Amino acid sequence: MLEVKDLHVTVEGSEILKGLNLTIGAGEVHAIMGPNGAGKSTLSAVIAGKDGYEVTAGTITFEGRDVLEMEIEERARAGLLLGFQYPVEIPGVKNIYLLKAALNAKREAEGLGEIPAPEFMKLIKEKIAFMKMDASFLQRAVNEGFSGGEKKRNEILQMLVLQPRLAMLDEIDSGLDIDAMKVVAQGVNSLRAEDRGILLVTHYQRLLDYIVPDRVHVLVDGRIVKSGDAELARELEDRGYDWLLEGSEA
Amino acid sequence: MNDDVQRFLDRLAERQASRGDEPTWISARRQAGAARFEALGFPHRRVEAWKYTDVRDIARTDFALADDADFSPAAAATLTLPIEAHRLTFVDGVYAPALSDLDALPAGVQVLPLSQALADNHEAVGGPLGRLTGVEFSPFAALNTAFMEEGAVVRLAPRTVVEKPIVLQFLSRDGERQVMSHPRILVEAGGRSEATLIEHHAGEEGAANFTNLVEEIILDRGAILTHYKLQEAPLKDRHVASVQVEQARDSRYTSFNLNLGGGLVRTDLVSDLNGEGAEATFHGLFYGQGRQHVDTHTLVHHNAPHTRSSENYKGILDDRAHGVFNGRVVVKRDSQQIESEQSNANLLLSDRAEIDTKPELEIYADDVKCAHGATTGQLDEEAVYALRARGIDEQTARGLLTLAFAGEVMELVDLDAVAERVELTVAGKLPERFNLAGLVETATALNED
Repeated sequence: MLEVKDLHVTVEGSEILKGLNLTIGAGEVHAIMGPNGAGKSTLSAVIAGKDGYEVTAGTITFEGRDVLEMEIEERARAGLLLGFQYPVEIPGVKNIYLLKAALNAKREAEGLGEIPAPEFMKLIKEKIAFMKMDASFLQRAVNEGFSGGEKKRNEILQMLVLQPRLAMLDEIDSGLDIDAMKVVAQGVNSLRAEDRGILLVTHYQRLLDYIVPDRVHVLVDGRIVKSGDAELARELEDRGYDWLLEGSEA
Repeated sequence: MNDDVQRFLDRLAERQASRGDEPTWISARRQAGAARFEALGFPHRRVEAWKYTDVRDIARTDFALADDADFSPAAAATLTLPIEAHRLTFVDGVYAPALSDLDALPAGVQVLPLSQALADNHEAVGGPLGRLTGVEFSPFAALNTAFMEEGAVVRLAPRTVVEKPIVLQFLSRDGERQVMSHPRILVEAGGRSEATLIEHHAGEEGAANFTNLVEEIILDRGAILTHYKLQEAPLKDRHVASVQVEQARDSRYTSFNLNLGGGLVRTDLVSDLNGEGAEATFHGLFYGQGRQHVDTHTLVHHNAPHTRSSENYKGILDDRAHGVFNGRVVVKRDSQQIESEQSNANLLLSDRAEIDTKPELEIYADDVKCAHGATTGQLDEEAVYALRARGIDEQTARGLLTLAFAGEVMELVDLDAVAERVELTVAGKLPERFNLAGLVETATALNED
């Protein structure tokens, strides 16, 4: 479903991704791991269309479409959704507004009409209960004054409501205590489906105890230097990244 | 004297001829108003207070005066705020009993049309009328005084607490001729009385009239008044309001000055804090689009020690709209232990929109705490991205963030009917197909659920 070929990306003149290749098929959960500064967050940000990244070479194809030619919102509506590492606070914009506007935008792209209000409310109530969130949260401004855990839950809630084709989760585990991590992992696992891909970007193996990936890739210095199954994550936990760093420099 | 001034004086003479005999004190005030207006003429932009506001469109238009208050009840119903209230309605300045409801006024409260108070030579008007917002206030206040015939008189006996808000509704019609009205509102709140006043301006879409409003608000010791002004007049209407508040010891005046409509809008809001412990709080929101011009001048006189004022105005300007905010605070000599803060934040949605904002502090005492700040900016691009990354198109994202900016004032509003109307109006000003109004309704429904 997603194919990244020979992707080169520069940020403010310095090259961060240096020929990255990645293929994610429907129904698969991939994890990208790597040391800080390897370019993990850059990959998901470029796929989502964030400003400030220049693609100098390579292609990104999603279900046959050239992702780099699509507007940010088009990508999201096509089902490419990024859960942020640092969700931005949006004072004054109620969560309920964001959820409804986003869902209707997606439905419009799919040729469906606006979601009827009762149906929307039923859906939302079900999802916030699943994420163990209080209903009052819907009237609160997006992420404003939220704890780290609440922000991450909110990212997953948006995924549950918007049902992406490919969910990309950037360091969704950072700043979470173990209970919050379990809730977040439960949310992500509930997204697993035959027609959906999931891309986890993480620094630590811990998350992968709760969300077991099909494939693990190690990103070092802008390239994927090693790929394997869930076992690779455990090996990284034991051995760290150094043995791979040396390999990449050789 | 120029032709413009003469035209208004001619209209006045015609009106006078058709009016019956009046008590001499009323005709004396009328004459004083006319004389003052004749001497001053319309304000021009060489005068500092009118530097940014060009009123030639008002001066050059030949306005008639309305003689009836016909308005379809169905149309009025869509404009009227859905709130249980004591209500007076005026159509093009003419009192509309059919659209008013003064049944069930509690003891100690008088609400009556000014025409009736003048006809009865009511004690409520004899003394106070014109004492605060007099002919010296501005050429427009003088003009109003010359023409005054309709408006509202609100009187609260000491210790009276009015539960339901008092709504003064002004409707503007899309008629064959452009009309002017000179309504006058007089509020006298007795000691420790408490009330909420909602002044609501709305009308038919194509209306292009001129409302020249004068308000005098007298708060006796410990009185509390919350004054909402919801101005969503049609976009070709001109609206000038001259408001003066007089506050005795421990009184509290809170103003929500919400200007969403009107083509040319000028408000002068003045509060005199005359007694210790008096407090004035001014909240404001203005939203201009197209070529709307919205000018607000506020002035607080700290005439007594231990008085407080705070002011928070937000402006949103799109297209070629022009906003003016001038917040002046004067602390009198020996008025010690004063607290005053003021802020004005503006959001410019277009390169051609303009805001002129100026705080003016004049402090003649030494033990005072005054702060002020003005900011002007654009929307937070990080937030725009975060919304787009959820599939929301850029214009809707910007609309949501604009609504949020207005929301910072609106969340202080206790009356849901007012807050929702403003939210819907702001949402409705955003491009239609994005249907933020639908979003607001959903949130409201969820709230009630």
